[in-house]
Amino acid sequence: MKGQSGASLHQPLTGAGKEPGSGPGQVVHRPKPPGRTKHLLTLVIILLLLWASAKQTDASFSELIEGFPNMLDLLKDMFPPRWTYFDNIVQGMLETIRMALIGTTIGAIIAIPVSIICAGNLMPSRWIYYPARFVLNLIRTVPDLLLAALFVAVFGLGPIPGILALAVFSVGLIAKLTYETLETIDQGPLEAMTAVGMNRIQLIVYGVVPQLAAQFTSYVLYAFEINVRAAAILGLVGAGGIGLYYEATLGFLEYDKTSVIILFTLVIVLIIDYVSTKLREKLL
Amino acid sequence: MMKNETSVIRRKPRKNPLRWVIVLLLILVYAWALAGVPFTGFKETAGQIMKAIVAGIFSPDWDFVYLPEGEDLLRGLLDTLAISVLGTVISAVLCIPFAFWSARNMSRFRGISGAGKMVLSFIRTFPEIIMALLFIKAVGPGSFAGVLALGLHSIGMLGKLFADEVENIDYGPSEALLASGATRMQQLWFAVLPQVLPGFLNYTLYRFEINVRSATILGVIGAGGIGTPLIFALSTRNWPRVGIILLGIIVMITIIDLISGYIRKKLV
Repeated sequence: MKGQSGASLHQPLTGAGKEPGSGPGQVVHRPKPPGRTKHLLTLVIILLLLWASAKQTDASFSELIEGFPNMLDLLKDMFPPRWTYFDNIVQGMLETIRMALIGTTIGAIIAIPVSIICAGNLMPSRWIYYPARFVLNLIRTVPDLLLAALFVAVFGLGPIPGILALAVFSVGLIAKLTYETLETIDQGPLEAMTAVGMNRIQLIVYGVVPQLAAQFTSYVLYAFEINVRAAAILGLVGAGGIGLYYEATLGFLEYDKTSVIILFTLVIVLIIDYVSTKLREKLL
Repeated sequence: MMKNETSVIRRKPRKNPLRWVIVLLLILVYAWALAGVPFTGFKETAGQIMKAIVAGIFSPDWDFVYLPEGEDLLRGLLDTLAISVLGTVISAVLCIPFAFWSARNMSRFRGISGAGKMVLSFIRTFPEIIMALLFIKAVGPGSFAGVLALGLHSIGMLGKLFADEVENIDYGPSEALLASGATRMQQLWFAVLPQVLPGFLNYTLYRFEINVRSATILGVIGAGGIGTPLIFALSTRNWPRVGIILLGIIVMITIIDLISGYIRKKLV
C-alpha cells in the first residue's frame, strides 16, 4: 500500500531528473491513470452480480422490514436470560472444549508428517509435494460442519464424529500454515548437516524442528481457537457438544434458555481466545 | 545472497524453570479430556457406510447435476453463490462506518476506538449458523435468512481488517489537502479512500472465499443453498447423491479460490 503510493509520487520526479541526461529522443513514461471505462465496466458487472444474487435468494427489503418486529419479539423473549438453565449446559460446554482439544491434538500430530511431505525444500521431488498439496487443498475446501454431518452418518451421533471432523479440519489448516513456514526456514543448518553426512530423518529432527517448534505451537493454538468456535455448533448436526442444546431450546421456543447458551459460549470463546492470543504472543 | 550474513542462531540456551509445571498441567488437561470422551468403539456398520460413501463419491449420481423440475445441484450451487455474494457485499458496505469508528487514528480518544473494536469482536464471536437460526425466526426459512446472517457476521472480521488498513494510511496526502483548505469529508474522499480501497477490496474478496464455505453449510439448518439437499441426501442414505454434491462443493470452492486469488494478486 505505502510502497505503491510512494512509487506514484516519485515517478514524475525521477522522470524529470533523468530527462536532460538521457537525450532528446527519450520519451518519459508516466503511468497513465487507469481508464474510466474499466472502472465503469467493473461497476456494471458488480451491480449485475448483485441484482442476479438478490433475485436468486428472493431478497427483499419489505420482507426484512416486515420481519423486523418478529426479530424484536425474539430479542424480547431472549431477555432476561433464564440463568437457572446454566447448570444443564455446563456439561455440554465441557464436552465442547474436550472435543476441540482432542480434535486439535489429533490434527496437529497428523499435520507434522503431512506438512513435511508438502514442503518443497525437504522433499526430493515435486512429484511428491505437488500431489500432497493438492490433496491438502481439497481437504481444506470441505467446511467442518459438512465433515461432521458426514462423520455422523458414518459413526452415529455423539462427540466421536465431531472430534474426527475437527481433526481432519485441523490437519488442513495446521499443515498448510506449517509447510509454508517450513519453506522459509534458514537453510544454513540444513546445509551444514548435509555436509557432515546426516540423513533426511536426522536433518528434520536436528535442523528443522528447533527452528519451527515455536511457530508450530502457535499454529496449533490458533487452530484450537477456531475449533472451539466450530465445536460449539457441531451439535446442530448431532456431533456432540453444546450445539445440541440450541435445537432443544429453539424447538420448544424457550428463547430465554437459548440466550444463556449463546452468552455462555461467547464468554468461553472470549476467554480461550484471550489466553491463546497471550500465549502466542509469548511464543513468537 | 543475504543468507550468509544473516544466518544467526536465534534460539537462546535457556531453560524455563516452570517447564515441568507446564508439562504436568498439559498431562492433567489431556487426562481430563480423554477421560470424558465416551469411547465405546465404532458402530459395526461404520465400515460398510464408509465404503458406501466412498463408492458413492466415486460413482456420483450425475443425473442430479441438472433436473428440469428444479432442486438440483447447479441451482443449489448457484443459490449458495448468490447468498455469499450478497452477504459479502452487505457486510462490506455496513462495516465501513465500524472500521472508521474503531480505527485508532480516526478518533481523538482511545476509548472510542476501543469500544468499536469491542463491538466488532463481539459480532465476530457470534457464529453465523446461530445468527441464521435467529434470522430464520424473523424472515422465515430460505436463502434470505442466510444472506442476512452472513451479512451481519462478516461485519466482525471485515470491520477489524478494514480498521487495520485505515490505521496504516500515509498522512502525507491528507495533510496536503488540509493545507489547501479541504474539509474533513473532502480529505476522507480524496486522500484516505484512494489509499484504503485496494486493501478493502482485497479483504472483501478474502471474506467472500470464507463466505462461500459458510454458505454451503447454512442449508443444514434451512437457510438456503446446497446444504439442504446434502442433508436430505445424508438422512435418506443416498450416497451417490452425497458424492455428487460433495464433488460439486469442492469444485466450486476450488474455482472460486483460484479466481479470487488471481484478482487479489493483481490488486496488491
